[in-house]
Amino acid sequence: MKKPNDVILHSVTKVAVVIILTFSIDLFFAGHHDPGGGFIGGLGFASALTLLLLAFDIEWVRENIPIDFKVITASGVLIAVLTGLGSLVFDAPFLSQTFNYFNLPIFGKTELATAVIFDFGVALAVIGTAVTIILSIAEDR
Amino acid sequence: MNWLPIMILIPFIFAIFVPLIYKRFTPRVHTGWFVFFVPLTLFIYLLRYIPAISKGETIHNTIPWIPSVGINYTTYLDGLGLIFGLLITGVGALVILYSIYYMSKHREALHNFYVYLLLFMGAMLGLVFSDNILVLYVFWELTSISSFLLIAYWSQRKKSRQGALKSMLITIFGGLAMLSGFIMLSMMTNTYSIREMITEVDGMIANSLFLPAMILILLGAFTKSAQFPFSTWLPDAMEAPTPISAYLHSATMVKAGIYLVARFTPIFGGSSEWFWIVSGVGMITLLYGSVNAVKQTDLKALLAYSTISQLGLIMSLLGLGSAAMYFGHGDESTMYAVAVLAAIFHLINHATFKGSLFMVVGIIDHETGTRDIRKLGGLMHLMPISFTLTIIGSFSMAGLPPFNGFLSKELFFTGVLQAAQLNVFNMETFGIVFPVIAWVASVFTFIYCMILVFKTFTGKYQPKRLEKEAHEAPIGMLIPPIILASLVIAIFFFPNVVSKYLLQPAVVAILPDFAQNGGAHVQISAWHGWNTELFMTIGVVALGLFMFIYLKKWIRIYGVFPQSLTLDHLYNQGIEKTESISYRLTNRYMTGSIRDYLVYIFTFMILMLGGAIWLSNGISFDSSNDAPISMYEGGLVAGMVIAACTVLFSKSRMTSLIAVGALGFLVSMLFVIFRAPDLALTQLVVETVTTALFLLCFYHLPDFSKNIGRMRFKATNLIISIGVGMVVTILALSVNGNRLFKPISSYFEDSYELAGARNIVNAILVDFRGFDTMLEISVLCIAGLGVYTLIKLRLTGRDKE
Repeated sequence: MKKPNDVILHSVTKVAVVIILTFSIDLFFAGHHDPGGGFIGGLGFASALTLLLLAFDIEWVRENIPIDFKVITASGVLIAVLTGLGSLVFDAPFLSQTFNYFNLPIFGKTELATAVIFDFGVALAVIGTAVTIILSIAEDR
Repeated sequence: MNWLPIMILIPFIFAIFVPLIYKRFTPRVHTGWFVFFVPLTLFIYLLRYIPAISKGETIHNTIPWIPSVGINYTTYLDGLGLIFGLLITGVGALVILYSIYYMSKHREALHNFYVYLLLFMGAMLGLVFSDNILVLYVFWELTSISSFLLIAYWSQRKKSRQGALKSMLITIFGGLAMLSGFIMLSMMTNTYSIREMITEVDGMIANSLFLPAMILILLGAFTKSAQFPFSTWLPDAMEAPTPISAYLHSATMVKAGIYLVARFTPIFGGSSEWFWIVSGVGMITLLYGSVNAVKQTDLKALLAYSTISQLGLIMSLLGLGSAAMYFGHGDESTMYAVAVLAAIFHLINHATFKGSLFMVVGIIDHETGTRDIRKLGGLMHLMPISFTLTIIGSFSMAGLPPFNGFLSKELFFTGVLQAAQLNVFNMETFGIVFPVIAWVASVFTFIYCMILVFKTFTGKYQPKRLEKEAHEAPIGMLIPPIILASLVIAIFFFPNVVSKYLLQPAVVAILPDFAQNGGAHVQISAWHGWNTELFMTIGVVALGLFMFIYLKKWIRIYGVFPQSLTLDHLYNQGIEKTESISYRLTNRYMTGSIRDYLVYIFTFMILMLGGAIWLSNGISFDSSNDAPISMYEGGLVAGMVIAACTVLFSKSRMTSLIAVGALGFLVSMLFVIFRAPDLALTQLVVETVTTALFLLCFYHLPDFSKNIGRMRFKATNLIISIGVGMVVTILALSVNGNRLFKPISSYFEDSYELAGARNIVNAILVDFRGFDTMLEISVLCIAGLGVYTLIKLRLTGRDKE
């Protein structure tokens, strides 16, 4: 098979992926107060990886990101469940979330919420599932 | 702190560690030695309750499980539960001890065996100690499942698999019937607790659900306890290893049905339907089992039919005894309470003598290689201890002194004779039937007991027809049946000790009217004068001996009965017919074409949604609150229509794909205009990812035009498409016109105070409805793994070719 010459796609992808990834992480943390959150952040992250997959080929992605995304999925679900169980330790009903305000060195007065940990689990599960599905279909040639 | 709820769970907890122990110690130490201590500990633990329970105390303990719907893990220990608990743990310990010598540690998958066994033990303990009917149901089905696994333990044998399937189908069918009965009961009484139900029993009999609930619950009990006509699974269950047959299929699991009937006697007892169904079915089973046992040539099948018959005996006694509920409390009812006492007494006796008989049959099988009566004979001198044990067990079963079976058999005769004089429930006309059936069945019982002893141990020794040279079993295998057999004799000499400490509290549990008296006071004695019962027993022995001696002359009568009318045949026919009919039915609509499936789905959707809207008069359009449609929105919708039409008419997949993508992006634009940034963002990213996914999938599909060509016009499809469109449109428009509930959006508006989040959508997702999200990502995870597995499995399959 003749290798197509897609220099432009490659160059743009390299820049765009960084932007998309940053934006996804921003979306994830913004989620608490502004539009965004674990689901959107996770999907954005997955779409960045998909872009890499489309621009370069699958072996390239496998080599450079040697992560088993099934494990990511599982750990995401696990984190979500464990945050739920964590509330049982404090004698609160399963999956109770809490938040408080702290004075942190650089950020100043910051709100820290347990919901963000839960949301992180959601994000991981979404990333893992999306990439697992896309990768396994893409590999099936 | 009461440890009972935790003690019940110990078998389950220990089961987790069994595979580890097996891995670590095999083949040096038999896994059974470790498991042995579980029932032993529990047995000793339960023994400590005897003094308190015999004083009339009951112990209950509640651990909330799902308190919001009234489901709690409530354990309740009374006389009835205690007897069962002692049987389960006591016989369990002996059976495990026996299995250590019976199951080879070199050849068998012992970890599976003991995990299933512990699973069963825990389920059975949970069953007899739980007060909540739904918890009871869960444990009930768990016993069915573990029994299935144990029967199919030698799964390489076809007969094992068939027997396991049969028992599972029948008992689960009964279990489901029982569940619906339980739900009816809880609808009548508004509680899931059996104790609370008993207090609300007045007035329940007039309820229209009373009879259906009773019949459904009895279906559960009858299937589990192998009552006629559901008894057909028990003989086939004998494919299980003998320790299992001794434990599950004679001493414990098959008695779960008895337990259920006894437990629900305070609720249903006293009505004529309960009296007739329970005692009638019990009597028929008693006769059916004993008559069929005589013709068996396999020792285990003989014991299986005899178990069926004995279970029928206990069941009928419970039915007859329920008459005591009708009379309330008094001298007259004490007469019938004797039947209940006899039932519990025989339950214990049966566990002792039948357990030892099963173990002896297992020994014979183990040491000679066969269980066929025609090949056996003359083992008396070779296996003297087994011979003695068989005599004790069989003579007890036949109802001869000095064994405990004699006492309970006499009480049984007393029960039926007194029931015959009952002057309610139409017993004036039919009462005489009971003693007659009881007597005839006892004659047959006597005959098969004699067959069991004399055909196996006397006569000619035929070493050529045996697979192994017969010799006595190792001592470890003999100890458990010896313990049971010595109980058989001990109970004969000290019946009133058993009665005081175990039977009376159980009678109180079954017939709460007797609580203030501390039970029905009946002196059980071996000699009670020349009364009718004794003459009946003498008659049984005389006729039984006569018929046994001339067995060869009349055994051919069994051949006259047509094979096509046996229960086994009916069951097989039923299964075959069900399979072929459902196969044909399924083939008719499962065409394999996705178009057909879509037609079903959409037709169903039109019928359900359209029907629901139409029936509830939900069609009402209210446009008063609507905002005016702006130019942007109009333009977007027009673009969406164009994109959708492009999908329909495009000639290549790529074009349709892009059109679908465009449609999705236009929708997210609409969200932007409606100021729903979260939705818009999600929709945008989802569109991007799915488009990429579609691209990948389409790579594998053949070209568009080849497959399809020109579609024929189909009127039904048109109607369905238009119907779906209409229904969805009407639904969307009607949503604004109806307000069924008060909106809960005001609650979410406080998200900043409640969850510290200004983003309401996110607060809902991760906090307010966190449970939903957690389950959603679990589903997502499963779906992802599913796709992965399907594709990878297919790939490896292809590689092999």
